[in-house]
This record gives sequence, structure tokens and C-alpha cells, in this order.
Amino acid sequence: MNNKTGQITGAGSSSLLRGAFGNYVGLIAALALMVVLFGSLSEYFFSAETFVTIANDIPAIAVTAVGMTFVLIIAGIDLSVGSVMALTAAVAGIAMVQWEWPLYLAVVVAMVVGTVAGLLNGAISVGWRIPSFIVTLGMLEVARGAAYIATDSRTQYIGEAVEWLSAPMFGGVSPAFLIAIVIVIVAHLVLTRSVFGRYMIGIGTNEEAMRLAGVDPRPIKIAVYAILGALAGLAGIMQSSRLEAADPNAGIGAELVVIASVVIGGTSLMGGRGSVISTFFGVLVISVLEAGLAQIGASEPTKRIITGCVIIAAVILDMYRERSRSRRT
Amino acid sequence: MTPPLLHGEGLGKTYVTPVLSDVSFDLQAGEVLALAGENGAGKSTLTKIVAGLIPATAGRMSLNGQPFQPASRREAEHLGVRMVLQELGLIPTLTVAENLMLDHLPHKAGFIDRDTLNEAAERQMANIGLGNIDPRTLVGELGVGYQQMVEIARNLVGDCRLLILDEPTAALTSREIEHLFSQIAVLKQRGVGIIYISHRLDELQEIADRVMVLRDGRHIGTRPMREVNQEDIVRMMVGRDVHEALDRPRRPAGKTALEVRGLSRGKVVQDVSFSLQSGEILGVAGLVGAGRTELLRLIYGADRRDAGEIFLNGRETPAHISSPMSAVRQGIGLVTEDRKTQGLLLPLAIRINTTLANIASVSRRGWLQADEERSQVGRLSSLLGVRSQSIEQPVGELSGGNQQKVVFGRWLHRDCAVLLLDEPTRGVDIGARADIYAQMDQLAEMGKALLMVSSDLRELMSVCDRIAVMSAGRLVRIFERGEWTQQDLLEAAFSGYLTGEKSSGTTISTTEAVGATCH
Repeated sequence: MNNKTGQITGAGSSSLLRGAFGNYVGLIAALALMVVLFGSLSEYFFSAETFVTIANDIPAIAVTAVGMTFVLIIAGIDLSVGSVMALTAAVAGIAMVQWEWPLYLAVVVAMVVGTVAGLLNGAISVGWRIPSFIVTLGMLEVARGAAYIATDSRTQYIGEAVEWLSAPMFGGVSPAFLIAIVIVIVAHLVLTRSVFGRYMIGIGTNEEAMRLAGVDPRPIKIAVYAILGALAGLAGIMQSSRLEAADPNAGIGAELVVIASVVIGGTSLMGGRGSVISTFFGVLVISVLEAGLAQIGASEPTKRIITGCVIIAAVILDMYRERSRSRRT
Repeated sequence: MTPPLLHGEGLGKTYVTPVLSDVSFDLQAGEVLALAGENGAGKSTLTKIVAGLIPATAGRMSLNGQPFQPASRREAEHLGVRMVLQELGLIPTLTVAENLMLDHLPHKAGFIDRDTLNEAAERQMANIGLGNIDPRTLVGELGVGYQQMVEIARNLVGDCRLLILDEPTAALTSREIEHLFSQIAVLKQRGVGIIYISHRLDELQEIADRVMVLRDGRHIGTRPMREVNQEDIVRMMVGRDVHEALDRPRRPAGKTALEVRGLSRGKVVQDVSFSLQSGEILGVAGLVGAGRTELLRLIYGADRRDAGEIFLNGRETPAHISSPMSAVRQGIGLVTEDRKTQGLLLPLAIRINTTLANIASVSRRGWLQADEERSQVGRLSSLLGVRSQSIEQPVGELSGGNQQKVVFGRWLHRDCAVLLLDEPTRGVDIGARADIYAQMDQLAEMGKALLMVSSDLRELMSVCDRIAVMSAGRLVRIFERGEWTQQDLLEAAFSGYLTGEKSSGTTISTTEAVGATCH
């Protein structure tokens, strides 16, 4: 017995290194392959411009995808994030332009609005036992409509006040990018090392068993939707800082890009299994693919067809990987 | 001499272990053969083989002298062998007529011919005396009793030579039962052979010509019904090899840990009262459907109760238990009957499954203390003798017995005062079973109060200090260690289903049953 425990702790201490190679090797390989491929197809791919494009693309998708990872782990889904992003950006834009609030307060307002939308999603779905697919589909429409009302259906110009979020600092990295990285790391720790993370995984695996073990799944589920809502609010501001404006049409279809990133990262739609770090790699895959295809001059229809195929192929590959892993143990 | 309608010879069914072995029997045309036996005696297995739902692994059958080996339910039905299943196979959103004719709806140019359909259905219903039901009624709008009758009618559509009824009266009122019996008489006259399964011995006596008793998958005997009485049947079901070494003293009981007064939920659990002392194991016996699992779930707050109160630790004020969460907070744990779907998180590690109910002890301010968790789970696992590669192994990969030890480990980790156990040794091999009994013994010694539901009477008799018997939703009697025999327990378990005069004598109201423990 002693010997065994020794082995386990041994595995634990080097888990960071081994984890990086074990769990993420497929995604890193896919990324490297894409970089090499696009690099050889286009001489402009290895340029500062491409890098900045990708780095600018990432933060909004990444922070939303982190929250979406949590939602998928508890076997839910949230289709409303694109609309919520537009709504929160609109409210923040009004706060900054019409009420002349500073940026940090606008960020707080955006995240509060997002949290409220998420709380509603969670509370309605949990309280009435309605599938989250339906509730968030409804919220998708409601939040979009609210964004139109808030902006009077016009793009609200914000200007420089919001610009610095996406402006490159040292090494071309923007504050938004740094915020996204911090959120990924914190969320990874929450998922793997906190009681909340343990409960999320348990609920996604078998909610009834959790309930009979004396854990109330309801507040945890509602909190997960609220977290995603708050992160979508942050993403809304990040997106408007790139446009220097709050566009009520922003984020249409963003929910699909976000869900695709999470799924490419290997998180299961059936719940109970997922990783925030893998989700981040999934976001990278989508962004590099997007930028690379643009670089080699692929038309919009071609881009969409290729992106679609990559999503499906990623899930099939992940299924095989999971199967071979469960066979080995 | 004409061959029997159905002849079975040496029938057997083996999954991992044999559940049915070497059963031979005959069924004559126009005869009602009652099939009796304890839970798990093999009644359902045998009838499912006859109806083509599962294949036999040994033996052969013949129907009217012809070899009969149905590969599917459809094939058996084609040959006139039909089975009315316990769970209804009707589609509630379709009409009675549509349900009756689902396999061969009359149609014209691709559209259902409603007139022909309803006419045929009306004739069919009148045939079995249900002319008063409009075939255009949606099945979902009928009461459960009538649904059952429609289900039976559906099986009589077309050629029916052999009909299997599995507990057909469970949901019926006494008037509907009468009606069913008169239909059975009609079918007999038409030469249909009937195999009839029921726990209600008085029913069997009323309508069966012969009774066939199974025990532990073996054919114990078949007797003409008029030559036996109910006690004879019970004796055959139980067997005589009862006197295993079960003599050991009752555990010294401590203070009252749990008291239940008048607990009720619909018809499943009716007015149940008892008390449970710390340091004792109280068994709950009864037939499937007697309300045992439901009783545990009510105490645990997993289902809502209609009436009744629960008292903990001898307190005078009733405990407020509205959910499993509040039950666990107040020191009650539940080992569920189905550990795979309700107990464990199968793909997750032993470590995670063990600390689930008491995560506070391995976390600080919401963050898990990994080393603390590993050492606590490691200690518990070796204490319980969980056989695994490491505590990181997913519980889904463990054997049934080791899975159950993990569930025990969870409640040990939680350190609850009252443990509710629902069939704790189901699907557990004999070796691990002994470990689990030893564990329960140890828990009782530590002063825990254990309430254990089991369908295995021998298990209850060897493990428990007292055995409460439930029958048809009521707690009919609590037996003290030393005063029970297997036959007494079984008679009590059947008592709620006796509709004759005898029942009033043997049924003791629950309040008396509590008092009866000290007589």
C-alpha cells in the first residue's frame, strides 16, 4: 500500500510536464501542422501582421470558450453568448459615451449585465427543468432584441476610451490577450483543484448520483451559467474595443465558433469531461485556421467548408483517442 | 393421446451464473398453470424463454408436438404464443383500436381505413367482454386497470393458443380482477393454455388448475391445485434447508437513532412506523413492489412524503428532511439499490467517489487539499479492502463487490449515524459479500444504526437483529432475532396480498407491529 501511494504522488509531481505532453500532444501537433502548412503555402504567413490578427481574434473567443467549457462539463449548452456579447457591449458603450463612465466601470456594468443573463438562463433551466438548449435559444433572441433597443439599432461609436484594451503593448500582446490568459489559468485551477470544479464534473457525470450523495446540483448549475454570462460580458467589451464601437449586430454566430473551439479541445457534449487548457488550444486551432485560410486567399465559402470539416474531424479523432485510452487502462 | 400444448424439457438459462436450470414441464390446452416462487426464483426467465424474449441456453420445447424454438417475440406470437408483460406495451397517444391492430392496421391506398379498424376493434373488445369501451378512446385516457385489459385484448388479436400473464392483477381493482377471471374462464373453454404468475396465492387457488413452484432456478414440483393449500405452496417456495447456522446473539442496542411515525406516500408506502436503535441492524423484507425501496427514499428525502414524521437521536421535535441534502447534513446516508446509475460516478476515480459526501474534510476555503484527500481515501480503501490498482482507478472498472465497498467508504468518510442500505449485496460475488457483512457488523459495533432492505431472506436472517416485513405498502410486522422462521417471514410478506378472510387475522396494523416487537 505504501509503495502504491508513493507511485501516485510521484506521478502527481511531474503531472504538469507529463500532462502537457500527454493530454495536449494531439492539439499541439495539429497546431504545428497547420502553421507549417500555411507557412509553406503563403510567404506572408510568418509575419507580425498575421500574429497580431490572430492575437486580436483570440481574447473574446477564449474567455467565452472558458465559460462554455464549464457549461458543457455540466452537460448543458448556452446558445445565447453571441447575443449577450452584443447586448453587454451596447450597454457598456452607452455607459461610456452617454454617461461618460470610465472604462473599468463600463467593464463592471457589462459583466453585471452578462451575469444577469446567465443567471436567468440557469435559473429558468434548473427551476422548470427545461433543457438549456431551449432556454438559451430563447435568450439568444431576447438579448439580441435588447441590444437593438439599447443602441436604437445603430452602431454606437465609442472611440479611443475603449481602444487600449486591444492595443498591442510590449511584444505585440494586448491587455485583452493577457486578461484572457489569466482567466484561462484561473479557470483551469478552479476546474482541477476546487470543490466547485469537482462538483461540476460530478454533476456532468451523473447528476442523480450527486443528489443522492447529498450535493445539491441546482445552485452549482445556476452559478455555471452566471459565470459564462459574466465572461460573455467581458468578451463583449473586448470585441467592441477592437471595433471602437458597440455594434448591435456583433457576435452573430459567435456561439457556434465558441462551442466549436471547446469541442475541438476535446470537451464532451455529454458532460463530465473537459479541460480549459485544451479549450484554449481549440481556440488557437480555430483562429490559426481562420487567419491562415485568409492568408492563402481562400474564399469565404471555402473557408467555411474547411472549418466545418476540421470541427468534425477533430471530434472523430478525439473519440478514437478516448477509446484507445479507456482500453489501455 | 394428443401431445400437450407446450412441453418443455431440461430448460436452462445461464448468464454468468445459472438463473434457471433443468426445468421440465407440460401445459395442456385449456389449462391454467400457476407459476409460483420467491423473487428471483426464475419465473420471469422461464416465461420469457417461452415467449421468445430470451433464448434458453439448455433444453428444448415443443408446441403441439412440433419443435418450438422461438428466436424472437414476433416469431412466438406468430405461432400463437403471447405474453402480457408487467410493464405496459401500449402507446398512450394512440386510440384503443390503433393499439389493438398496431401490427396490421387495415389501410386503403396508404391511408388507415378507420371504419374497418374501429369495427374490427369493437368486435375484438366485445369478444373479451369489453364492449363498453369505445375503440376511438385514447389509451392514455383510460385507467390503468382498463389499459391492462386492452393490453390483454391486444394479445388475443389473431391466433392465440398460449397466453402468459405476469402479475396481471397488480394494478387492477377487485371488480376488474373478477372481470379478468371470467375472461380467463372463456379463454380456457376456447382451449387456450394459460401460464399465470402472481404473488397472490389466493388468486392462484381460485383460477389455476395446477401450480408449479420454482426455487433458485429449479423446478421444485407441480401439483394439482385442489390437492394443496397456501401453506403447502409457501413451504415449497421456501424449501426446508432453512436451518443454517444463524444463531448468534442480538447486538446490544443503544439509544434510538431514528424513529419513523406514520410515513406514507400514495399507495406505495402506507402508514409505516418503527424505530431504529444505534448499534443494531434492522432488516426490511418483502416482495418486489412491497414498498421497501420507496420507504428508504422517503426517509432519505429523495421522494416527497404525503404524511408522517421522522425523529432523529431520540429528539421530541420531528427532523426536517426535505431532500437528500438535508438528510446527509443530519447524518443519514443511503446506499442505493442501483449503484451504477444512482450511487457512483463510474468514469471517475475511487478517490473522487469516496470523498463526494464529505468534501469539506478534504478542502479548505473551497480548494481541494490533494495530499489530505489521497491519504484519507488511501486509509479508507485499505480498511475496506478495496481491490484496485490505485485510488485513481475509475470505479467503473471495479467488480460489483469492490464498487459497493467504495460506496460504503463514502458513508464511512462522511461518518453518518444512520445508514440506509438498499440491496447492498446485489450483484456482489460471495467473497466480497462476506467482506460487506463484516463491514456492516463493524459499523453496528461502532454505534451506527443500519436499516437494510434485502430480497434475500437468508441474508437478512444471518445479518439482522430484527426484521421488519413489508407487504403491499404496509409494515405488517417486526420480528425479533430468534422468533422468526423463514416461513413466518414469507407468510408475512404475502399477507398484504391475501384478499380472503385469512388476511385480517395475520395482518397486524403498523402501530401494533411496533408494540409487537416486545411481546
